[in-house]
Amino acid sequence: MLEVRVRKKFVAVEEIFHEGGPVSPAPLRRAAALAVIHNPFAGSYVAEIAGFMNDLKPLGLEMAQSLISALGGDPKFVQGYGKGAIVGAAGEIEHGALWHVPGGYAMREILGDAKAIVASTKKVGGPGTRLDVPITHINASYVRSHFDAMEVGLADAPRADEILLALVMTTGARVHARVGGLKASEIKGEDGLR
Amino acid sequence: MKANIRKIATFVEETRNEMGRTVDPPTRRAAAVAVIENPCAGKYVEDLSELIAIGEELGELLTLRAVAALGIPATAVESYGKAAAVGENGEIEHAAAILHPKLGAPVRKVLGKGAALIPSSKKRGGLGVGLDVPLGHKDAAFVRSHFDGIEVRINDAPRANEIMVAVAVTDSGRPLARVGGLTKDQIKGEDGLR
Repeated sequence: MLEVRVRKKFVAVEEIFHEGGPVSPAPLRRAAALAVIHNPFAGSYVAEIAGFMNDLKPLGLEMAQSLISALGGDPKFVQGYGKGAIVGAAGEIEHGALWHVPGGYAMREILGDAKAIVASTKKVGGPGTRLDVPITHINASYVRSHFDAMEVGLADAPRADEILLALVMTTGARVHARVGGLKASEIKGEDGLR
Repeated sequence: MKANIRKIATFVEETRNEMGRTVDPPTRRAAAVAVIENPCAGKYVEDLSELIAIGEELGELLTLRAVAALGIPATAVESYGKAAAVGENGEIEHAAAILHPKLGAPVRKVLGKGAALIPSSKKRGGLGVGLDVPLGHKDAAFVRSHFDGIEVRINDAPRANEIMVAVAVTDSGRPLARVGGLTKDQIKGEDGLR
């Protein structure tokens, strides 16, 4: 059991009314929760790291809950999600992979029975590095209107011995979605894909 | 609403630890940013009263959003700041029109007080430009522990014909502030300076 040392937390919310077209009657809301934690494996190769995934679960739940709050307080508002990590210079990309299980678990736990895989991305980078966190529909990965991404980052993170963890949720489709494909209203909801 | 708002973003940052030291209570700050159409873009406009009026309504809207994001009573706000980034088809004077004549009064009305000058910054830039919003104590500009700044950034703004307008508030000064000067418990609150 390793201590999860949080240096800072950050929540960003965007409310999008239009993008040059008709103003949406229900603005799209997108939120990102970030946590900057100490990387307990920074500086050397550590073979056994998987146990840290369990240690991260409470933080994941806290971040997922903060997203629900930022989007209006009800998990029912959430239609899209994604996750990501930026590992500081003294860490390795594999440390970012530690976030897959606790980050995904946390959002599914809070959202109930979300069926689709949580889209994700990760990289190694310095303070100020930006990460485009991919977003897909929570119940069917192929819903084209909900393919989106949210750019996140912090000017002072991650330092070399830190990891920046990110979770993202959205309340709907892109604001002027109109390129066809599977619609949210057509989801079968059996396999997480369609 | 006079302003044509494309999106509103809010950011909340909570610092819990700095250089291995716990920050207790954590320092918290928030910014609200509106991305609006610049009605004066692309041409020289002598009379900027339309932007001045937009500044007034954004002063109230963004202060309410930032305080709500921070989740504290408006009267508990300790420091504040404002800033604007004008897209490439606008002038720096457009930022001045929004920020300086009328934006401040509604900010102070929401907060209940605000004897000090609201520190400000402005720039012209392209999409994703980082905007550093200066922060100072709302009742006494010389409170040294509260000299600070918060960077805001939206990857798709400002477009050429847009302006990003930001208001930032905090419930605290810097984490682990220790460079002396006037402290908040020494504020007289008469002249906005000390």
